[in-house]
Amino acid sequence: MSVLSREKAASGAEAAPRAGLSEGKKQERRLGWLLCAPAAFVMVAVTAYPILYSIWLSLQRYDLKFPENREFIGLANYVTVLSNDYWWTAFGVTMLITVISVSVELVLGMGLALIMHRTIIGRGLVRTSALIPYGIVTVVAAFSWRYAWTPGTGYLANLFSPEGAPLTERASALAIIIFAEIWKTTPFMALLLMAGLALVPDDLLKAASMDGASWWQRFTKVMLPVMKPAILVALLFRTLDAFRIFDNIYVLSAGANETSSVSMIAYNNLMKGLNLGIGSTMSVLIFLTVAIIAFIFVKLFGTAAPGSSDDEGRR
Amino acid sequence: MADIVLDKVTKKYPDGTTAVHEIDLEIADGEFIILVGPSGCGKSTTLNMIAGLEDISSGELRIAGERVNDKAPKDRDIAMVFQSYALYPNMTVGENMAFPLKLAKLPKAEIDKKVAEAARVLELTEYLGRKPANLSGGQRQRVAMGRAIVRSPKAFLMDEPLSNLDAKLRVQMRTQVSRLQKQLNTTTVYVTHDQTEAMTLGDRVVVMRGGYIQQVGDPQTLYDNPVNLFVAGFIGSPSMNFLPATVEESVLRTPLGDLPLNDRLRRSLSGADAPRQLIVGIRPEHFEDAALIEEHQRAKGFEFTMPVDLVESMGSDKYVYFTVEGERAVSADLEDLTADAGGADLPPQDNLVTRLSAESRVRDGVDARVWMNLDKIHLFDPGNGHNITLNEGQDAGVATP
Repeated sequence: MSVLSREKAASGAEAAPRAGLSEGKKQERRLGWLLCAPAAFVMVAVTAYPILYSIWLSLQRYDLKFPENREFIGLANYVTVLSNDYWWTAFGVTMLITVISVSVELVLGMGLALIMHRTIIGRGLVRTSALIPYGIVTVVAAFSWRYAWTPGTGYLANLFSPEGAPLTERASALAIIIFAEIWKTTPFMALLLMAGLALVPDDLLKAASMDGASWWQRFTKVMLPVMKPAILVALLFRTLDAFRIFDNIYVLSAGANETSSVSMIAYNNLMKGLNLGIGSTMSVLIFLTVAIIAFIFVKLFGTAAPGSSDDEGRR
Repeated sequence: MADIVLDKVTKKYPDGTTAVHEIDLEIADGEFIILVGPSGCGKSTTLNMIAGLEDISSGELRIAGERVNDKAPKDRDIAMVFQSYALYPNMTVGENMAFPLKLAKLPKAEIDKKVAEAARVLELTEYLGRKPANLSGGQRQRVAMGRAIVRSPKAFLMDEPLSNLDAKLRVQMRTQVSRLQKQLNTTTVYVTHDQTEAMTLGDRVVVMRGGYIQQVGDPQTLYDNPVNLFVAGFIGSPSMNFLPATVEESVLRTPLGDLPLNDRLRRSLSGADAPRQLIVGIRPEHFEDAALIEEHQRAKGFEFTMPVDLVESMGSDKYVYFTVEGERAVSADLEDLTADAGGADLPPQDNLVTRLSAESRVRDGVDARVWMNLDKIHLFDPGNGHNITLNEGQDAGVATP
């Protein structure tokens, strides 16, 4: 939101460049607030209310199976959840999926981005076909993977494990979930990275090759540093996204054999168990984790990204 | 330190267009050579081929006698300065300059020494720890030069290195580049579209147009003896005046009057294929206020009277503009020039620009009697643009089609 309002204020400044000093500044600020008021209002309506409401629910004992027991119990739900192995297993699974899938996606996405960036012939075709997985609805794609890994009828199951049922074993099920996740979102990563690649001026790469840099040195010493802000944004988006993984697990293993993510168990408690107190507590914890991840990334931007420091302010 | 030889070097793109046609050029060791021409003339492509950033379609490129057509840029041991400077934004000034040395795996102490030396020469010592984003345009330009000179390469290639600077800084940097080149005595190929830069910097200037070399020579030769209309119009500021002319009996009929044919002109026109329709070219400084001409000079020239349009006093001399009635000189070369200049840099063709002494008393709107030096006029064939007054004995460089 702060970024948003700053941008709006800046555009307001452009609209009234000849305004006087103090009176003009005030007016400018008022215009800025007015301009972002509609967006702020919508944000409050659709996000602030549900968040505050779920925080409120998380502080109560509230099970729809026993509605008469509803009671304000403070942080007791948090104690319950955080001292529960079930939660921590799901948390570990989610972290594992997040770290592995995002790192593999980064490498593959970078490769794909380079290919899309460098392709001269059939550029449109290459870019379109690379984006197909991202265009398919996740649930549909997840079902096709599930059928492919179903013993007896699935071609992948027959090919790789004619004996067992891979989706019913923890390790192989997790591997398949991660694989489906990577297959699906690598194009998104590639798209974000390609935007970053476009930031690297051709002259810079030419200069590096004149300076004696090999292909790999040009990539690591020139391209990556220049692309760093774009890479960080891509990583942030994907990490937040991956941490909330739900649909792939829901379809592929339904969380069986300890393959549940935190989103899955929150769903199970809220929707299946009808335990609004515990479910909301888990939702709030997920929200906090996501906020912490975002905070770490944004802190990283603040210290390392050019553009945000006064490093490149004069550009 | 090395000489660079281009032997029938051609650049053809896959779509069939030819950017550079069989260029022959020998650049001597330590020479400062300028490739100049309007945009699209192939000068940057030629430079990129020397650098190795573009493949050579045919012909041979030799650096220090060695064929380098198939060598990667990094193996050619040449440094390049880009118009955009191409500084690495994530590295400090010092790191930028050290980058090529680090890649060459030089020992740290030696790198530090060389960078410090280059920084001293370019007066960058106090900026070594800064990032390029915190430097001014001129400082960035110097860092780019520094990154080139630390390596002591065989040759420097410069692609319009001063174009992004403002006018005043450009003039200062021009002097600095020139001094640096003399000091290092390293072969330098410099690309520019600015004829002033070309004239002031180079030992020799190569004028290019449409992928062909028009003329190669030292700046004075190009100025005094342009081989064709294009070179004549491109070199010099303000540019040469062009007037249509017809050869009659023993005079040259021009909108300024009938010019008597002296021996030099008569000789030029005696060739069997000399056309009857010509274009006369004369530079602004070859006019003078008739009142200031001494008697013995007067006979060498031609005098005419015309109302003055405008007088611009520069202090050292006066630019006096006249309007010439009648037809304009027409030629493909001239159209090219006008197109390149966007019509703005060249005087409209019915204008005659003269440069008279500061003592001249001519005034706006009053008739002036003006003398022009017939020894200095050039006659061009409007068909092919060739300068037919060029002395055969003169070495004015090659002129391919």
